Amino acid sequence: MSILVNENTRVIVQGITGREGQVRTRLMQGYGPKVICGVTPGRGGEETQGLPVFDTVADALKQVGEFDASVVFVPAGFAADAAMEAMDAGIKLVVIVPDRVPLHDVLKLHKFAAERKARFLGPNTLGCLSPGKGVLGMMGGSPDAAREFFMPGRVGVTSRSGGITSSIAYYLKKAGIGASTIVHVGGDSIVGLPHPEILKLFEEDDATDAVVMFGEIGTTQEERVAEMMRRGAFTKPLVAYIGGRQAEEGTRFSHAGAIVEGGRGAYSSKVEALRDAGAVIVESFEELPAETAKVLEGMKK
Amino acid sequence: MARLLEYKAKETLARFGISVPRGEIAGDPESAIATAERIRFPVVLKAQAFITGRAEKGLIHFCKDADEARAAARQVLGRTIGGFPVDTVLIEEKLDISQELFAACIVSDEIPGPLAVFADRGGTGIEQMAQDGKTKLARRPFDPVAGLLPYEARTLAVKCGMEGKQIGAVADFLVKLAKAFLAEEARGLEVNPLAVTKDGRFFALDCHFSVDDYAAGRHPELGIEIAREIGHPPTELEKIAAAYEATDHRGTFYFLELGAGGEKPVGFHGAGGGGSMMSMDALVARGFTAKNFCDTSGNPSAAKVYRAAKHILAQKGIVGYFASGSGVASQEQFHSARGMVKAFREWPLYVPAVIRLGGNKEEVAIGILNEFLADLPIPVEAYGKDNSAEFCAGRLDALVNEHAPLEPYECTPTARSEDAGEEYAFDIRTGTISFDHTICIRCEDKPCIESCHVEILEVVDGKPRLREPADESAHRCTECLACELACFKAGMRSISIKLPIPGFEEYITRRGAR
Repeated sequence: MSILVNENTRVIVQGITGREGQVRTRLMQGYGPKVICGVTPGRGGEETQGLPVFDTVADALKQVGEFDASVVFVPAGFAADAAMEAMDAGIKLVVIVPDRVPLHDVLKLHKFAAERKARFLGPNTLGCLSPGKGVLGMMGGSPDAAREFFMPGRVGVTSRSGGITSSIAYYLKKAGIGASTIVHVGGDSIVGLPHPEILKLFEEDDATDAVVMFGEIGTTQEERVAEMMRRGAFTKPLVAYIGGRQAEEGTRFSHAGAIVEGGRGAYSSKVEALRDAGAVIVESFEELPAETAKVLEGMKK
Repeated sequence: MARLLEYKAKETLARFGISVPRGEIAGDPESAIATAERIRFPVVLKAQAFITGRAEKGLIHFCKDADEARAAARQVLGRTIGGFPVDTVLIEEKLDISQELFAACIVSDEIPGPLAVFADRGGTGIEQMAQDGKTKLARRPFDPVAGLLPYEARTLAVKCGMEGKQIGAVADFLVKLAKAFLAEEARGLEVNPLAVTKDGRFFALDCHFSVDDYAAGRHPELGIEIAREIGHPPTELEKIAAAYEATDHRGTFYFLELGAGGEKPVGFHGAGGGGSMMSMDALVARGFTAKNFCDTSGNPSAAKVYRAAKHILAQKGIVGYFASGSGVASQEQFHSARGMVKAFREWPLYVPAVIRLGGNKEEVAIGILNEFLADLPIPVEAYGKDNSAEFCAGRLDALVNEHAPLEPYECTPTARSEDAGEEYAFDIRTGTISFDHTICIRCEDKPCIESCHVEILEVVDGKPRLREPADESAHRCTECLACELACFKAGMRSISIKLPIPGFEEYITRRGAR
């Protein structure tokens, strides 16, 4: 299998008539999975990319049936609201692509999602992609590029940076290592499915043998991953690279994530915790493919 | 996250009914004295800067008369912190304090949600005291919609050993603090110390207030100039960049001066947060210091990248130009290449440059850089996804060792420099495109027409112009700069795309010398 998305995932696109919505709908149609329809309030009854457009998610549900996931391409200020609409209609996975979604909107969304037992990836995410099966979001950009960048295999990839997500998968591919699912958890400090949640899914996924993780300074995600490893909640080999080693404390770059708060969050805290828990820490990005290959080689013995 | 200076943070707290010392700001010693006299001595004079431990650094002074206030103001104003001058002091009444506490609301990614924190001691070194167990500290998550409820706040107070009337007073303070935190969409709001006066009143004596960048636009009352984390008051160049960025929403452009000196300062041009950080790490590993942080990402127009490049080049003292993002971008990379070409030829580029534009359509991007910059007297090397940031930083190192920065030199820009004999011009989203039809008439191929991917141009009587309806065509221009580069390549230089940056030229002139 794979996690979050496969060839059978039924998708609805919110904000399907916008510039990004249209372009990335073509990506998902061209690469997989199954895009069923879209929503843009006020544009119900129209068609785009050969798909029907509805005014509300509830309408779409009534007319064309159940969805496994919604992918949101509405402007940042409306993104949490769109996600709530999808969750309220019963959709259990929402991928929130837009960048700059206000933090407190995301906090409220977390509460809303927990009450409805729904999950969300992002905000500020490229989405997730299971090579050869399907993509939710905009990873790869176009079907051709996605086919060029990514290759099926048995390594899970999870990353806090969009560009780095694709880079890891591409450099692994060049080293002959394919991926089960590639996940960009989102660049913000508060996201729906942070690294620990993704590792839980990879742990349960029988198509994933090992995981490569790109962490960043700021937040407690990587420390919590280390904690999971120590108590045996994540048992597969983990290769990790932590970005932001040179960033001065308190300086945050354009990623919302990189804030150094207290002891946890700092580069050394993450590296030490992960190393102690048994992860392979890679000091430079260039070493990632070779180290991953070594880990996979070691598993065969 | 955008931070508020202490005085602004206190003004904000006061709006939510939290008591703060009476105070006013001043920008020079004389007005500092006048202010102190209005407030009445003794006063506290505090430098307004984003720095902790101000007292030990001589940035907070207690003044009992005008002489002391003058001396303190003189000492503090104009001092530089992290390379940036202090230009404002806050003058406050001096309170009679019996006890210092600590109160904060933060966002915890672990919960995830808002978290209230309270401690029975405050002041500098609270983190250490908490770690050493010398203080009672309690924390409690609260609802992002309902806020911190009074009983939750009372629980925090009791856990930290508050007794009698103090329980209610602390709870009242915490509820108000949480209300301010949620209403202003703060990322962190910390009152330290929370002072209790001898007559039992509670005052926010100092305050760290950071606001969510993405929500700053919903809070004009906070007067945030640049909705980003900056460790210093915004510099002129940063303000110019932010003011332009606020008017152009296609992609993002962020420019931050890093202030601190260092060996081998480099102008840094990143793309995307993670890729930028990785690229800066690669630079630092080679002994470079990034003079600035700059990020153009989220599919920016060529026009935006051009402006970003100009900001980077405008910095004095750089020895190299390094552009590198994640290396495998989903967006088409040639827009960035065209923006850089225009900026590099116009300024012109005076230090060696290594440009890594990896990902979608990188071969086109690299081709553009190589073709249009080959004749510069300083090397520009272009790479794509198959060359790592580490490799590229190594190339820059080699180039910088061989090529010292150049003095200003003559370079033909891609845009026409002269006034047009017969001008045909139209406005585009963030600038103007101007043709000189006396030149166009001599051009046989009209490469501008073919280069325009939105096909808004046509030839009428041997002259390129907008297809009708002209307004609609001009509106469809994506500012990709392809026409100007194509015209330059054909040896015509009829086209001049003007992309103003309000305040930029004035700043350069005032500052002097390129």
